[in-house]
Amino acid sequence: MTKTILKSLCMKPATVKYPFGPREYHKRTRGKVFIDVDQCILCSLCQRKCPTGAIVVNRNDKTWEIDPYRCISCGACVEACPKKCLRLDNKYSKTSTKKEKELFRHA
Amino acid sequence: MTKRTIIPFGPQHPVLPEPIHLDLVMEDEKVVQAIPSIGFIHRGLEKLVEKKDFVEYVYVAERICGICSFIHGMTYCLAVEEIMKLEVPERASYLRVIWSEMSRIHSHLLWLGLFADSFGFESLFMHSWRVREGILDIIEETTGGRVIFGSCKVGGVRKDIDKAGLEIILKKLEKYEKEIKEITDVFINDSTVKHRLIGVGILTKEEAYALGAVGPTLRGSGVSQDMRKLGYAAYKNINFEPITETSGDSYARCVVRIKELFQSIDIIRQAIAKIPEGPLEVKVTGTPNGEYFARTEQPRGEVVYYAKANGTKFLQRLRVRTPTFANVGPLVKVLQGCELADVPVLVLTIDPCISCTER
Repeated sequence: MTKTILKSLCMKPATVKYPFGPREYHKRTRGKVFIDVDQCILCSLCQRKCPTGAIVVNRNDKTWEIDPYRCISCGACVEACPKKCLRLDNKYSKTSTKKEKELFRHA
Repeated sequence: MTKRTIIPFGPQHPVLPEPIHLDLVMEDEKVVQAIPSIGFIHRGLEKLVEKKDFVEYVYVAERICGICSFIHGMTYCLAVEEIMKLEVPERASYLRVIWSEMSRIHSHLLWLGLFADSFGFESLFMHSWRVREGILDIIEETTGGRVIFGSCKVGGVRKDIDKAGLEIILKKLEKYEKEIKEITDVFINDSTVKHRLIGVGILTKEEAYALGAVGPTLRGSGVSQDMRKLGYAAYKNINFEPITETSGDSYARCVVRIKELFQSIDIIRQAIAKIPEGPLEVKVTGTPNGEYFARTEQPRGEVVYYAKANGTKFLQRLRVRTPTFANVGPLVKVLQGCELADVPVLVLTIDPCISCTER
């Protein structure tokens, strides 16, 4: 135990001083879902595969909508996407004070 | 007869990570009887199987527990795969073993920390969780999640670990093995820790067996039972023996878990040495029809998944018997006749995971 105590005395803190020190994300970290909406063919497969119903695709209005607060970053939509226009970023979505949905409109 | 008083313990208590309520019937400082009540965080996850199709439900199964999430998801997959007669590729089975053992290591380190906290050794708690953070980093690096792995799916696994990745795991494990050894030596050898644990909460072999204890609680009482010996996933190709202790007290249950940490590291090494190349998944076609009991070993003990399917894409019934549920009986038994000051330690020795239990 003495060894551990001595080590702890001269060791740097094991924690990161967030937000002053950066939090390193790993390459595979499942974060926020992004869409390249111009590639999207509005097939709505992602909507059907989403286990929490966070994605809503509207073919008439040509919109793709995600509720970031329902999304659990599981990656089911990314796997299902036939055009590979969806991707999972390795950073989490930003915090906000309003629960707003994110709407993307097809050009 | 001395006067009896009832002390309510929980559902909110500093030592309890999750809500369980115990009514402790006291005679002076001695607990005469403990009456448990659970059900504070029932979420109806078993019912949800009727709304989520059998492929989607893996996401729910993983979220039954926040600590042993991977093994929950894997057990569900094993049950469905068995019903559908799917042959999971070898590489996927080995990856499942590696991730299962990772989650066992992180769960046991978490428990060691909480346990140290329960008997008032706070710096040991900090050190256990410091090492656990390193293990979580490996998990995040390989699967993308810290505790919700999300890498198991019906028919195989989602992610692969390449050769370089496996090398990194081995290297990191070597480092963490040393650190774990340093920490666990304190648990095993320190006189104050021993003083709090030896002879406290003795569960005899017969009692443990009769009350249906599972996992380290059972093995700490000398019954050699480990569901990994059933040979699910790739455990059939791996050499290991269930770890048992004979004294059946809190110290024995602690020692079993500590030895399992090193056993898990050894199992990961064996799995990495033996892992074959090959595909990661088989294509899932059709719908399940039939029923199956899947039993696997979680960090806390045996988990049972009963799945019944009727040929539609929704399962008809899913029943989960979690290890903590089986261990509540033995807990009530060991609480009888203990000192009030030992109650937190004894509650922690079964490694309670109430969220699992209430699903």
